Amino acid sequence: MSPLAKLRGAMARARRAMPDIVGPVGRRWERLSQWQRRPFYVLALAIAVLAPANSVGRIMAPASDWKTILFNPIGVYILLALGLNVVVGLAGLLDLGYVAFFAVGAYTMATLATHRHWSFWLVLPIGIILAAFAGVILGAPTLRLRGDYLAIVTLGFGEIVRRIAINTNSLGGPRGISGIPHPPSIGHVKALTYGVLDPKPYYYLLLAMIVLVIFVGRRLERSRVGRSWQAVREDEDVAELMGVPSFKFKLWAFAIGASIGGMCGVIFASKQIAITPDNFPFLLSVLILAAVVLGGSGNIPGVILGAFLVAWLPEYLRDASFGKFVVRQVHHVLPRAGSFSDLRVLIFGGALVVMMIFRPEGLLPSRKRRAELAEGQGGMGSLGGTVVVPPPEESK
Amino acid sequence: MHNLIREFWPSTVDGLTLGSIYALIALGYTLVYGVLRLINFAHSEVFMVGTLGSLFMLHAIGVNSPQTGFALVGVLLLMLLAAMAVSGITAVLLERIAYRPLRRRGAGRLAALISAIGASFFLQEVVALRYGRDLIAFPRVMKKVTLFKIGAGDVRNDKLIVFVAAIVLMFVLERFVNGTRLGRGIRATAQDAETAVLMGVNIDRVVVATFVLGGLMAGVAAMLYGLRFENTQYIAGFVPGIKAFTAAVLGGIGNLRGALLGGLLLGLVESYGASFFGSQWLDVVAFAVLVIVLMFRPTGLLGEALSRARA
Repeated sequence: MSPLAKLRGAMARARRAMPDIVGPVGRRWERLSQWQRRPFYVLALAIAVLAPANSVGRIMAPASDWKTILFNPIGVYILLALGLNVVVGLAGLLDLGYVAFFAVGAYTMATLATHRHWSFWLVLPIGIILAAFAGVILGAPTLRLRGDYLAIVTLGFGEIVRRIAINTNSLGGPRGISGIPHPPSIGHVKALTYGVLDPKPYYYLLLAMIVLVIFVGRRLERSRVGRSWQAVREDEDVAELMGVPSFKFKLWAFAIGASIGGMCGVIFASKQIAITPDNFPFLLSVLILAAVVLGGSGNIPGVILGAFLVAWLPEYLRDASFGKFVVRQVHHVLPRAGSFSDLRVLIFGGALVVMMIFRPEGLLPSRKRRAELAEGQGGMGSLGGTVVVPPPEESK
Repeated sequence: MHNLIREFWPSTVDGLTLGSIYALIALGYTLVYGVLRLINFAHSEVFMVGTLGSLFMLHAIGVNSPQTGFALVGVLLLMLLAAMAVSGITAVLLERIAYRPLRRRGAGRLAALISAIGASFFLQEVVALRYGRDLIAFPRVMKKVTLFKIGAGDVRNDKLIVFVAAIVLMFVLERFVNGTRLGRGIRATAQDAETAVLMGVNIDRVVVATFVLGGLMAGVAAMLYGLRFENTQYIAGFVPGIKAFTAAVLGGIGNLRGALLGGLLLGLVESYGASFFGSQWLDVVAFAVLVIVLMFRPTGLLGEALSRARA
């Protein structure tokens, strides 16, 4: 037996041996009625509200400022991942330039609030609308393209937006825009007083938006729009024949996903004081995509889990002894990796490959998604296998 | 406008040089797309490691000053071999690790694309964490002299080598695909994979062959890039990769001659665009070309010749 064949055998065995931890829990969860699920939602919300407590921070981020991390990257990544999930998870469109909408929102806040002194609460809806508009502008000419072409065009769009920000003087050029005002405070409640030092109010603002997005997202998923998205995702031609105007619904997915990205951008900019084009690299699009895919695209709890892991793990492991151990181990191969968070992109890149090989449905997949994959419908979207060679062992 | 007229000939020369490099990388995209119908997103990293390969060959043989005569030819050949070897091996490993397991399971194109994005970032970060994130300079191996002038454009020796190498390799590759048994297998698989399997074509061998060929071409492009621009970076593959993909689409993805035509055309458009709008808009021009081509003629200028047209 050649070493390669051995490796292949070992990989197949590992795939079979992978314990299905979430399966039983997931099935039990699916049997619960809407009413029986309510306590769990309340519990999750309570955890999220109590998360900024210092005692939680000592466990979750012993060496860095937990509240700061909780806003960015954790909260920001979760909101962005929820937005991208509408596009990738629900409608099955691969968007590699999602960061562009985040940038549109952030730059809207930065310009309108610094030059025109508009209040955050006024800019927020404007940023959302502008981002949705950007989504339509990108989507209208390109959404007729097949999946992988769309991915590359969206990537190009993300780069164009960044270049425009770098090259336009009124947007501050490469130095960006600074002096962005904070949102005006509401009343005299401490949790609603937006200052420089305390990240907690911003976290609660983000949390409110996340809850809103989850609520609307779940409604959408079960509406006519959501069912159309799933139909388009599974087989666009069949959906079209059944009377689903696929282009229209794909455009809706783009606009809704973009508006969530824009919303996140406005909030991000209002906390940040200064933004530069470097805040919106292609890498961010990829990290958010990694979050959606790792967590389980199409499933809101999965996406939240994925975004949380992508945002939190590198921060946590940076100072944890395990992280330092790993950095020491790879030191002679990768001498420039000073701390664990330097290895972040490397690990998520590798994780994407491994996930696509072993568990393409993600850590917490939705039941529908699992069924689609078991049917051999292919990975994502409506695109089946192209050159399929019958597997040498294990026939499903 | 004035700028464009004044810099027309220099822009033409630069555009053709750059376009030749795009064309060579584009061949890799086109070959893999023709056979597997997937965009090999990590191809830009195959190119990037090739530039490192030729740089380390220079370090290994201890060349750090301009050479002449036979020494120069030898150095250039060694650089070329190193780049081709490194790129070719990387391409094969990529196929083995990131694509083949998915292919066996019959996973979709987007799953393959995500896997490729993962592999691409993995490779970039390995280089970044090993050699740093700054530009890495090449030693100058060849004295750059102007051979002749076209209009106001200086045709330098390195630029001429890049252009000629691209044209020659293009025809070598086409001879290979049209004239050999393996090439016939590639064309058969591109046309109809299932029938090709039934006719006794070994698909795995064909797929590896396309990755190897694409990798070798990317290696040549990498060496020429090193010769022309004399630097590299962990991210050096990203922009040329996207441009080369644009070039492949422009010429008609899956079409070998289309890759050459698309590459040269994109190089020229970009170069003229840069002298018209200013060089900071160079990448925007290229991306705009991609969007416009996909909108109006998704099959490209020459359509798909390796296989059936499908957009």
